[in-house]
Amino acid sequence: MDLPVPADQPQLSATAPAQPARRRDAQPRIHPRMRDGLRAWLLGGLTIAIFLGLWQAASATHLDFFLRFDNIPAPSKVALRALTVVGSAAFLNDVLTSCERVFLGFGIAASLAVPTGLLIGRYRVAHELLFPLTELLRPVPAIAWVPISIMIWPTDWQSIVFITFLGAYFPILLNTLLGTQRVDPVLVLAARSLGASEGAIFREVYLPGALPAIFTGLAVGMGVGWVSVIAAEMISGQSGVGYFTWEAYSLIQYPDIILGMVAIGLLGLVSSSAIRGFGRLVMPWLSAQ
Amino acid sequence: MSRTKGLVEIDHFGLDYIAEGRATEAVADVSIAVRPGEFVSIVGPSGCGKSTLLNAVAGFRAPSRGRVRVDGETVRGPGADRGMVFQQYSLFPWKTVRQNVEFGLKMKGIGSAQRERMSRTLLALAGLIGFEDQYPDRLSGGMKQRVGIVRALATGPKVLLLDEPFGALDAQTRLIMQQILTNIWQRLRISVLFVTHDIDEAIFLSDRVYVMTARPGRVKAEFRIDLPRPRDPDSILSAKFLALRRELAGLIREESLVAMGGELAGGLGGLDVMLEEGSLADLL
Ligand SMILES: Nc1ncnc2c1ncn2[C@@H]1O[C@H](COP(=O)(O)OP(=O)(O)OP(=O)(O)O)[C@@H](O)[C@H]1O
Ligand SMILES: [Mg+2]
Repeated sequence: MDLPVPADQPQLSATAPAQPARRRDAQPRIHPRMRDGLRAWLLGGLTIAIFLGLWQAASATHLDFFLRFDNIPAPSKVALRALTVVGSAAFLNDVLTSCERVFLGFGIAASLAVPTGLLIGRYRVAHELLFPLTELLRPVPAIAWVPISIMIWPTDWQSIVFITFLGAYFPILLNTLLGTQRVDPVLVLAARSLGASEGAIFREVYLPGALPAIFTGLAVGMGVGWVSVIAAEMISGQSGVGYFTWEAYSLIQYPDIILGMVAIGLLGLVSSSAIRGFGRLVMPWLSAQ
Repeated sequence: MSRTKGLVEIDHFGLDYIAEGRATEAVADVSIAVRPGEFVSIVGPSGCGKSTLLNAVAGFRAPSRGRVRVDGETVRGPGADRGMVFQQYSLFPWKTVRQNVEFGLKMKGIGSAQRERMSRTLLALAGLIGFEDQYPDRLSGGMKQRVGIVRALATGPKVLLLDEPFGALDAQTRLIMQQILTNIWQRLRISVLFVTHDIDEAIFLSDRVYVMTARPGRVKAEFRIDLPRPRDPDSILSAKFLALRRELAGLIREESLVAMGGELAGGLGGLDVMLEEGSLADLL
């Protein structure tokens, strides 16, 4: 008996795009790939349906057995509420505000962390100068910076972007650094013997050699960036999806909590798949395998 | 560019590696010359310093003793006048075959139209037409090394250095690669310094073969291979070839035993005695 082939699992790293294995089969009626796809959809959908069904039942019956569901809105209520909230200007504004903060914080983090990582990975002096400070600051989670950040930066908006920046910076830096250090030395020798200058070696060998790791870092950094922005907004924001979600709790607008959570999840999903897509675009040699 | 250049002079070359504060003598004293347009091979037991020697000619390491000159100029660092083909695959995985081959030309600042013309000629010479836009991961081992050779040749070096380029290939592919290399060399008329473990390969390809001793490396013997060219694969069955091969094999076996005896570090005192008599090598 052959086992089902898992189709299109979420891919965690940009470096190793999982190829769904093809299955050879003697049944000619439906294309095997299509049948596997259908099967995966059905099985996956089934689990999701069961999850939603249990939740609906727990909420409808006001389940109170250790877990208390009496204040948890049922999925049906959330769906109804979504019809009015999702299109509203206020909600859209919150989503855009969070996006802006994340992309700004992430963008600044990426444009600083990638060059720094390349330098630290390449030059011993840079490593000796910068790495200890990095290791000192890295273990502190971005969220722990919230009070300091509020005090340092003139506006809330700036302090939240700063928190996001901090969250995204270290994963990108560390992955870039590792990727640079792991570049095969023989490739550097080859480039030198072909007349490459130091700058050319950086551009043509270290950067592309580290790219897969850089994109892993970017994907992780984007994830941490979202975590940081939501937490920062919950603590200190006056707008944004994190603020929206926390505000819904304070205002006893419970279905909005779930809507906020779903929005956060979707935004994270969309941004990380955007990064993966961009990665495939700039690293055609990986997908050509 | 003049085709008559490409004189390599290695003069009493020695190199010590410094690891953990201790110096290990990898190459003791080697003097080797490659005349312009000559094909010279170096054979020797594993660890005798063949790669070390080649890396010094490539300019990756400065000699501890002696000197290395190319066309009278002391080698001071890597440069495109000496093409290098490495023991391990060293193509840039993120560049297509064509981009790999054109890399040196790009570094020279040659425009893309001219680059493409030059790379196409070389790719054709190595039978790589049709693979220009492939990434290295898609290529067989033999093709990868062909691209490596072509890439090293693209900048028009005076000397081509090859470090066991076919070591990882199967016997059939190896034979084909040897012929391709011979073809290219005869067309381009450049000097070649070729390192190999394979005695047949060394004899088949070379004008001269140097045999190195076990570490620390010295030149043990030098052979002139005056087999007529062009050589075809059947020539390795000729009496002359077989005689050369027997002689070379004997020398290398001796040195391999010394190398292994060194690794086994004592407890094998008898080995040395028998070696001095020259009988163990014949026995094996
Ligand atoms: N970077 C290094 N640091 C310290 N010792 C080294 C280094 N590179 C090589 N050696 C030592 O120097 C000696 C010569 O090495 P080399 O690689 O030149 O030998 P080789 O003849 O090319 O061997 P092989 O046939 O296995 O490729 C070996 O004993 C090796 O262990
Ligand atoms: Mg070697």
